[in-house]
Amino acid sequence: MTDRTPLGEPVEPPGATSVHPTLDDLRAEALEWGGKPRRLGTWYVTEHIVRAMRAYGWTIVVGALGQPILYLLGLAVGLAALISAPIDDGGQQVPYLVFVAPALLATAAISVASEEFTYPVMQGFKWRRYFYGFNASPLSSGQIANGVIIGAAARMLLAVAAYFLFITLFFLWLYPGVTDQATAWLSVPIGLVGGLAFGVPLAAYAGSLEDDTGQFALVQRFIFMPMFLFSGTFYPLAVLPGWLQWIGWVSPLWHASELGRIVTYGKPVEPWLLGTHIAYLLVLTVGGWILARRIFTRRLAR
Amino acid sequence: MPEPVISAQNLVKAYKVKGKPDFLAVDGLSFEVAPGESFGLLGPNGAGKSTTMKMIGAVSTRTAGDLRILGLDPDRYGPEIRSRLGVVPQQDNLDGELNARENLYIYGRYFGLPGSVCHQKADELLAFAQLEDKAKSKVDALSGGMKRRLTIARGLINDPRILLLDEPTTGLDPQARHVLWDRLFRLKERGTTLVLTTHYMDEAEQLCDRLIVVDKGRIMAQGTPASLIREHSSREVLEVRFGSDRNQQIAARLQGLGDRVEVLPDRILVYTADGEGALERITQDGLEPITSLVRRSSLEDVFLRLTGRSLIE
Repeated sequence: MTDRTPLGEPVEPPGATSVHPTLDDLRAEALEWGGKPRRLGTWYVTEHIVRAMRAYGWTIVVGALGQPILYLLGLAVGLAALISAPIDDGGQQVPYLVFVAPALLATAAISVASEEFTYPVMQGFKWRRYFYGFNASPLSSGQIANGVIIGAAARMLLAVAAYFLFITLFFLWLYPGVTDQATAWLSVPIGLVGGLAFGVPLAAYAGSLEDDTGQFALVQRFIFMPMFLFSGTFYPLAVLPGWLQWIGWVSPLWHASELGRIVTYGKPVEPWLLGTHIAYLLVLTVGGWILARRIFTRRLAR
Repeated sequence: MPEPVISAQNLVKAYKVKGKPDFLAVDGLSFEVAPGESFGLLGPNGAGKSTTMKMIGAVSTRTAGDLRILGLDPDRYGPEIRSRLGVVPQQDNLDGELNARENLYIYGRYFGLPGSVCHQKADELLAFAQLEDKAKSKVDALSGGMKRRLTIARGLINDPRILLLDEPTTGLDPQARHVLWDRLFRLKERGTTLVLTTHYMDEAEQLCDRLIVVDKGRIMAQGTPASLIREHSSREVLEVRFGSDRNQQIAARLQGLGDRVEVLPDRILVYTADGEGALERITQDGLEPITSLVRRSSLEDVFLRLTGRSLIE
């Protein structure tokens, strides 16, 4: 214990570091220390999120590699064998598997989004509260939101890249020459943006929830599943009756799938529609991102 | 006194409540903390201690008043201030998907420390927290006391100038508490400023150079533990029990015995300079308490005096 003066002010024990820095020193030190986290904090959170994913790393890798193999093989040897007539997609005739593959790639991104942007967000705020731990360090709320989104995007990128690889291999095997190699690779960034367009607004929603009373299960059943079934994934959207087509129009999956088809096999498209696809995905992503940052900031500053 | 590292003037935090006037969790607190000081906020649950800590931690934004941490305004310089703080929250918020060592390592990264430094600090702090053999254990496999020590170790990864501890030993067994207290003493010896909240009076007496007693968001009293006891309580306290149904009735007969008589549901407290003397007079009056105890006044008594309520309800 330290001795005290009669006023109760502590007196340093001999030998201890007795010289306290002045307030000016401390202020200058804080200003210096704060610089790096201010610039790079987003990447520190991303690093954490990606590291934490290693705890379930095998599900990520098995999912990323296994899903495309199973889906593509199943469709190639099963459904595509049944549907031998080519699909008329906007006037262009393509084999069924070629028609479906770009949509499956986009679906893979969206399904990662529906995992990474729901329970892990609830976990960070409520169950494990580690967002509060991040926030007690120099990291800002906005950087935490950024890191969560970018970390999930990294996993999405892995999933779509694996899909792209297997699609390329399957097409080389079954339909050589059908794809446009110069632009087909663009389906990777397109899939990523499609996943974010669905996932980032979902992250904002998850961040606003105080309790999980089954909302995520509802999202899975009544948003993700119908979107998967009614977004022109397995058949052109035009096949649907008009009163169901709106699902496709509001669905990021349809817009991402259409863009994927355009770059994969050169599906003809009107310029205005091309612009609409891109703009819709970007608006959802950017708008959701702004909203997520705002929700994270408000919640953490309480 | 050297320039304070924490300075709060009329600090207010209000929360909106639907259909009611705003709830003032913190209602005009003013205090200063000197460098190297160990400063405590003592009060019952819901007194506004944690809210105050979150504002000092540059996380929660204040509603009104002025606040300077390390000479900086947290509204503007949050990251800069937090880069020099260590924070031990009331609820552990370690990442259960990482092991003990990774939790330390990754936290160091948040401060912009290079990976090699983080590795070195992580090992040092595991030793400090006596958790070397748990380095590779998942956090979920650690006991409550170990998690708490790990959280404290994590708060030290940046060699903070100020360490904020919110109820550091709540929920720990006595042995684990003493280990923690020992670690905190060492930090204090190194010159780290400590700010802690507690509703344990013994903890406040052990660890704090100076403290404020807080209730309903306001300061009830402040000073060193010894001066608070001197000002607000007698030197000794005699505790007598006559059984819960008779305490109230007998207390009436004890009035005037010491400076003050306080009746709690399970016992009567007689505040007096001479506890043994008071006990003797009680027995001379022919009253035979079931149990009796003479002890020194504590901060619990101060709190009871100031608010009419116990710290732990």
